[in-house]
Amino acid sequence: MTMLRDSSTLTRRILLHWRQRPVSVLLGLLFPVLLVLMFGYLFGGAMAVPDGDYIAFLIPGMLAMTMLFGLDAMVVAVTTDAAKGITERIRSMPVSGIAVLAGRCWADLLNAVVGLVVMIAAGLAMGWRPEHGIGSTLAALGLLLWLRFALVWIGIWLGLLLKTPEAAVSVQVLVWPIGFVSSAFVSPDTMPGWLGAIADWNPLSATATAIRGLFGNPTWASHTWAADHAVLLALAWPVVLTAIFLPLAWRQYRFLAR
Amino acid sequence: MAYGEDGIRARGLVKRFGGATVLDGFDLRVGSGTVCGLLGPNGAGKTTAVRILTTLIRPDAGEVRVAGQDAIRQPRQVRYRIGLVGQNASVDEILTGRQNLEMFGRLGGLGARTARRRAGELLARFGLDEAAGRSVAGYSGGQRRRLDLAASLILTPQVIFLDEPTTGLDPAARIEVWARIRELADTGTTVLLTTQYLEEADRLADRIALLDAGRIVAEGTPDELKAKVGPDRVETITRKPTLDEVFLRLTGHETTVGAAR
Repeated sequence: MTMLRDSSTLTRRILLHWRQRPVSVLLGLLFPVLLVLMFGYLFGGAMAVPDGDYIAFLIPGMLAMTMLFGLDAMVVAVTTDAAKGITERIRSMPVSGIAVLAGRCWADLLNAVVGLVVMIAAGLAMGWRPEHGIGSTLAALGLLLWLRFALVWIGIWLGLLLKTPEAAVSVQVLVWPIGFVSSAFVSPDTMPGWLGAIADWNPLSATATAIRGLFGNPTWASHTWAADHAVLLALAWPVVLTAIFLPLAWRQYRFLAR
Repeated sequence: MAYGEDGIRARGLVKRFGGATVLDGFDLRVGSGTVCGLLGPNGAGKTTAVRILTTLIRPDAGEVRVAGQDAIRQPRQVRYRIGLVGQNASVDEILTGRQNLEMFGRLGGLGARTARRRAGELLARFGLDEAAGRSVAGYSGGQRRRLDLAASLILTPQVIFLDEPTTGLDPAARIEVWARIRELADTGTTVLLTTQYLEEADRLADRIALLDAGRIVAEGTPDELKAKVGPDRVETITRKPTLDEVFLRLTGHETTVGAAR
């Protein structure tokens, strides 16, 4: 009970941040939109998609990419709290560590929902449509948030490991290659073989390909095992990542007492 | 041996980081309702001691009781009874002063209404009424410190720990914070204060513990400590040795006495 209350207090804190800093929140939300406009209209013309509609291919990829951007935001949030002494203050109070981590998780998932709403609105404005009805659409959104849930734990773990906001910048840099070596923007088919194989097995690709199927958007599918079993992988990858990184995040939190 | 009801009792604390022994048999006793100044040169282990006493880190050996509770085995029980003011003002910069206090109150287990009332009381008491609705990012150093102090008091702690509470403050803000600490002590709160400013310890502390290389090397009232160094200073005017001299003598850096004044 107290755990639920504490984690909701910490979630509320993040919502208050939004209210206090609407401009920076807005910029954070608009950044992926800017990106999608750039890819859709600047590079989109040069993208030779088999059935011609790059926007329909791009939007699901960008939705997956938006999930990935949560990772560096989380690392920045965790390291900033450590640097400002907030982590210490909370740890000196009767709050369970589980509540602290759960609060971060809920706040981030809320953040992700808002990010998805904005990106979907941008997609709809650009002419993208989910073609397979409400059930499939909700399933696709569920897969996206499921991926984000796993990324939360990687973010918390990295944040606790790196300690300082300066070090967190390295994660911001690393997020880009992870995002691009995937099927988010182009088919792995078009990459050199070894790179395509990595992109093919990237958890981000699994989610992107799976939700393209669920939305009824072109998948530009190369018939690899990973692409053919995208939904299975989109379910399984987050399980694997969470199984690894949730315990690591918890362990790192406990290490603060060393 | 009986432990103090509300005070602090640490015995034989040892803490190593990697190969370095930061605390090496640290013993300290702070009576309930008194103010203890923990003095020591940089690197003596003051912050490490405070971090152990406030349950933030675990010692490699030793026993700690704070406010009658075992800080190693029952950290949560201790956390209900203590307040901590760390070296940097540990409040959320984006939130307002009021939002900060309400949040920490809620985290400490207060109901929404109680947290709101308590936050209001503390804001008034610390002269932050006007600033209460503004984001902390725009606060002055002194305002931030006072908010930090208020946040540590949100649960009405029995014991409060202040780790260099006036470092980085201008003299006026420092005197203001001193007055607040004095008030706390007068209401019966046990206070442990670390500082590098000897005047600060002399003004605020009932008793002083001198920490050097991870051990308490002397303990007593400021007058007792001054008497320890003795009246046999070679000076033309009779005066008690200053705390600076006590400090330098007992920590073994005596050569600079005089130059420090």
